[in-house]
Amino acid sequence: MKKSNSKSPRKAGEGNNLGLVSSVFAVVLGLLVGLVILLICNPGQAFAGFGTILTGAVSEGLYGIGMVFYYATPIICTGLAVGFAFKTGLFNIGASGQFTMGGFAAIVVGITLPQLGSVHWVVALLAAVLAGALWAVIPGLLKAFANINEVIACIMMNYIGMYAVNWAIKDTPALFNKTNNRSNAVASTANIPKFGLDKIFTDSAVNGGFIIALLAVVVVYVILTKTTFGYELKAVGFNRDASKYAGINEKKSITLSMAISGALAGLGGGLLYLAGSGKYIEIVDEIAAEGFDGISVALLGLSSPLGILLAGLFIAYIRQGGFYLQLFEFSQEIIDIIVAVIIYFSAFSLIVRSYMMKRNAKKAEKLNIPETPSPQIPAPLHQPIPDEEPKAGDVGDQTTDEDPQQKEEGGDE
Amino acid sequence: MSTIYFLFQQTMFFTIPLLIVALGGMFSERSGVVNIALEGIMTMGAFTSILFINLFQGTLSGQPLLILAILVAGLTGVVFSLLHAYASINMKADQTISGTALNLFAPAFAIFVARQIQGVQQINFNNTFRIAKVPVLGDIPVIGDLFFKNTYITTYLGFIILIVSAIVLYKTRFGLRLRACGEHPQAADSVGVSVYKIRYAGVMISGCLGGIGGLVFVIPTSTNFNATVAGYGFLAIAVLIFGQWKPVRILFAALFFGLMKTIAASYSGIPFLVSLGISSNLYKMIPYIATLIVLAFTSKKSQAPRAAGVPYDKGAR
Repeated sequence: MKKSNSKSPRKAGEGNNLGLVSSVFAVVLGLLVGLVILLICNPGQAFAGFGTILTGAVSEGLYGIGMVFYYATPIICTGLAVGFAFKTGLFNIGASGQFTMGGFAAIVVGITLPQLGSVHWVVALLAAVLAGALWAVIPGLLKAFANINEVIACIMMNYIGMYAVNWAIKDTPALFNKTNNRSNAVASTANIPKFGLDKIFTDSAVNGGFIIALLAVVVVYVILTKTTFGYELKAVGFNRDASKYAGINEKKSITLSMAISGALAGLGGGLLYLAGSGKYIEIVDEIAAEGFDGISVALLGLSSPLGILLAGLFIAYIRQGGFYLQLFEFSQEIIDIIVAVIIYFSAFSLIVRSYMMKRNAKKAEKLNIPETPSPQIPAPLHQPIPDEEPKAGDVGDQTTDEDPQQKEEGGDE
Repeated sequence: MSTIYFLFQQTMFFTIPLLIVALGGMFSERSGVVNIALEGIMTMGAFTSILFINLFQGTLSGQPLLILAILVAGLTGVVFSLLHAYASINMKADQTISGTALNLFAPAFAIFVARQIQGVQQINFNNTFRIAKVPVLGDIPVIGDLFFKNTYITTYLGFIILIVSAIVLYKTRFGLRLRACGEHPQAADSVGVSVYKIRYAGVMISGCLGGIGGLVFVIPTSTNFNATVAGYGFLAIAVLIFGQWKPVRILFAALFFGLMKTIAASYSGIPFLVSLGISSNLYKMIPYIATLIVLAFTSKKSQAPRAAGVPYDKGAR
């Protein structure tokens, strides 16, 4: 299973430019739709409200920026989770469940093991990473060994995880705050240190978690672009059968891809619930929104680690601006509408890009340069892969029988 | 005995929306378009139709109001699903992404508009739609108690939709074409079937049924709408898979899931279930776990439409 957004068959620089254009195009359209809705609701206040969305986050100086960093922290992690999976050909719609499991593991360690002292928060965070990874391994194994579509398996895992966590917290008096129907606060030693950020961004909730999220961005970048391991994962995402032919253990790769993706989502959960910002796991029958934000962030950031960082900051930035919208009697859900519209148009932008690439390919053909493989169509849901006939995109693809290494090189950065 | 009647009636309230929405999903997927947006479509359908009831309940009440609301819900679903159809059919976009966008959009839109109109996001309505007893039929022993007491016209609507769906899918030319487009669109096209039109029809039917399903879910179980259908759209997708994309099996899958939901919801009121000492959370989890297990055992010979999720490209072989 492969997503055409994860690779561009042309040279890296050109592909990135096209990607950037399509992301900016989606953002501009999303903001325009937001403006139109504001205009319909209240023309008098619309432009002032729209201005607030764009600049509200910086209206209170460093405090606002600190809050942007705080809100960006978990969604950068879930964004990396979804983006990493995209890069390796998987759609991890289960980041919500992995995020919840990570958060749960973090608070269990955070509440029950205060004797750990100064390494308490580190252990809690590692528990979060591990729990997220384990929760993602299940759909990973199902995908690798039983060919179950990971989207469906992940949706089921989201609900199972949410109910399991609610159940576990409610039935454990040490974890459950009955008065507020939420989890208890973690021990103070389990809170992530501020690393001095509170001195710069006074009063805001930003903490060392943001720096850890930045480290995660770097780690994912290195794994994906500088290691053989990351290369193999991407190769499997690109063409499972060809990778197997080239000697890659494709089942192991799929499972590991999901594990790493889940670890990142779990990290996000840990970072949020150990932030010491008064955030607890609420016992409600709702899927964690951070996982779906991760999908938005990954799509907007074109699955590249740097892009995800920027997209996470952008979405956190307009969210923070959205808080001030009440001054203009608009409700802040307009931000979610804008984000949804952006995602809708980023789905289009894949087509815009492949159209532009086709046009380039035709130009190249005229100059007698061999044509690059056409972008493949996304693999179908619910469909068992092995018995299937070659997909449309594969047919006539001149490089199919060759070593996948050669095919890869064009798309790599 | 009264407990069984109560459980059965409750099960119907949970089963019928799942049935309607899963049948909607069936039309979309069998035409070749994966519709993960059912959750969002349900939310939109429930939102506009409950808002409609809220605005008109002063002048209308009872069944006429409900029937009009059902029309509003269906129409909203069709319009909203056109966004998904356009993205996945014309723009050949990734259908999961487009569906996710719609799912994100719907609750945000419902909250935003509700707050803009009435200040709070929760929309209240008076439930004047419950039928305590259907005349004559309600007097039949057992069957009357099961099917014709404490019910809603939406229950019967659900069964009508099931029968019509099965006939349309298997006994009409349109149904044959729909299935062909989901299995092998190139072959359908080669004999003159417009794949785009059929797929649009499939998605629009799923939108209509999804929207109606949203309303049908809210009416018996609540007296307000709070911008959510509590994951029922995703559960309906599970029903669709559990039912292996076939109408009658979908009915049984919906009944099973509906029963689990009922037990989870009304568990504390039934002494027998309390004495078992199983947490209601387990019953809530069972439908999802069961779906995973079924997937694991059927994936090798899955009945899924072969072309579902694949954008139709005329140029491809």
